[in-house]
Amino acid sequence: MSDAMLKIQKLEAWYGESHVLHGVDIEIAEGEVVTLLGRNGAGKTSTLRAIMGLVGRRAGSISFEGTELIGLRSDLIARKGIGYCPEERGIFASLDVTENLMLPPTLRPGGLEVAEIHTLFPNLKERARSPGTKLSGGEQQMLAIGRILRTGAKLLLLDEPSEGLAPVIVQQIGRTIRELKTRGFTVLLVEQNFRFAQTVADRHYVMEHGRVMDMVPNAELTSSLDRLNEYLSV
Amino acid sequence: MDDIFGIPAPLLFGQLLLGLINGAFYALLSLGLAVIFGMLNVINFAHGAQFMMGAFVAWMLLEYAGLNYWWALILAPLLVGLFGVLLERTMIARLYKLDHLYGLLLTFGLGLIIEGIFRNQYGSSGLPYRIPPQLSGAWDLGFMFMPIYRGWVVIVAAVMCLATWLVIEKTKIGSYLRASTENAALVQAFGINVPRLMTLTYGAGVALAAFAGVLAAPIYSVNPQMGSNLIIIVFAVVVIGGMGSILGSVITGFGLGIIEGLTKVFYPEASSTVIFVVMAIVLLARPAGLFGRA
Repeated sequence: MSDAMLKIQKLEAWYGESHVLHGVDIEIAEGEVVTLLGRNGAGKTSTLRAIMGLVGRRAGSISFEGTELIGLRSDLIARKGIGYCPEERGIFASLDVTENLMLPPTLRPGGLEVAEIHTLFPNLKERARSPGTKLSGGEQQMLAIGRILRTGAKLLLLDEPSEGLAPVIVQQIGRTIRELKTRGFTVLLVEQNFRFAQTVADRHYVMEHGRVMDMVPNAELTSSLDRLNEYLSV
Repeated sequence: MDDIFGIPAPLLFGQLLLGLINGAFYALLSLGLAVIFGMLNVINFAHGAQFMMGAFVAWMLLEYAGLNYWWALILAPLLVGLFGVLLERTMIARLYKLDHLYGLLLTFGLGLIIEGIFRNQYGSSGLPYRIPPQLSGAWDLGFMFMPIYRGWVVIVAAVMCLATWLVIEKTKIGSYLRASTENAALVQAFGINVPRLMTLTYGAGVALAAFAGVLAAPIYSVNPQMGSNLIIIVFAVVVIGGMGSILGSVITGFGLGIIEGLTKVFYPEASSTVIFVVMAIVLLARPAGLFGRA
């Protein structure tokens, strides 16, 4: 995979004094959907935050389409064409649904039209004037994903989009991620929901204690379960 | 209608108007403070000094450059706002990661230094600034004479407050501001240059103070203490309205000006303390302020 879109090498990260990532290596090719699996506190969310420059300090290398991101401020990282959907969803209460949707600036041409986002997530259209945080959890998640599709970002970092949602909504999010793959998006997905990850991803990285312990292609996931059991709470 | 509640009507309306005018300044100044606090999390104690600078720059423009009131109304906020941008870039921006107290101490110190410099240069007796000829004179409203300039101040302040509110609630940049107030790190991770937004916000808040200063120049004499006299009451207004609430600061500003004016009519002895009494009551009942989110 010399043509990796995102190539992370020996990534370390700190929040203040606490050392959260201890040398993470990840490669993602364009068009792939890749998950980070692992227990709470394994460093999955910190890896996404470190890519976006949202940790206190970081070291190592994060190369995106050949550009080194490690020294850049988070707005300049996003400008390279990366969309971030945080774990807590980050919907703004003082903005209505449309304002939330239109908030992230266009990074590159080629993003989805608002009409296409409304086709993917019809609820967002119906509730356009509601304050963002008056939406249900599922709708907030759709809004959090929808708003980064508009920007033209080609790499999407999604932090646990299935968390706390009803099964039918999780299925809809799953369909959306598969649809995004067919449209050529590259996705790095943090998941605790192992079964959900299996339905959307090409490959899985397994994390523990701020390190990548293993990499498993999706086809081998089931057969590797015994080996991975110690890292996952299946 | 000569008497209302046993008070001569001209006296009542005169004090009401005075209250409205003071309220207009409270509203403009607390609005700037609210915008700055919402975005930067800094309580801008230099706000009074920046208000005073607005008045002085208006006086200087006339004295040294021959530019009249109308020019000053545009140029003074721009110049003082630029000065604010400079302060933010060189000093205030370094304090965002620290406790509130540091920003408070820095801006308080800056306010004292600015005031000191002006007192040194121009003394503290005050300089006259004439009402522009287009706005001098008075209207006969039937029940009272209304100085045109005072009516102008109330209207312009109200329009300015409305315009600021519209920018924040209805524009793209306003949505960046509101979102950054909630979660600046995420807004920045979407690709928005939040540090620059903070600089511009501080500059705009300072410019608003300077604008109020130009409006005040023909009413109060232009002197180095004019800001610090006012700012103590403005902070009480901000506390009553709720820190960071835009609409709250405007409504509270005008409302308290009127309450103060009425107190002067009905119980003059309390007129200088009534705002602080209201503040104490509001803090007991609603610690986050009338319009604040707890």
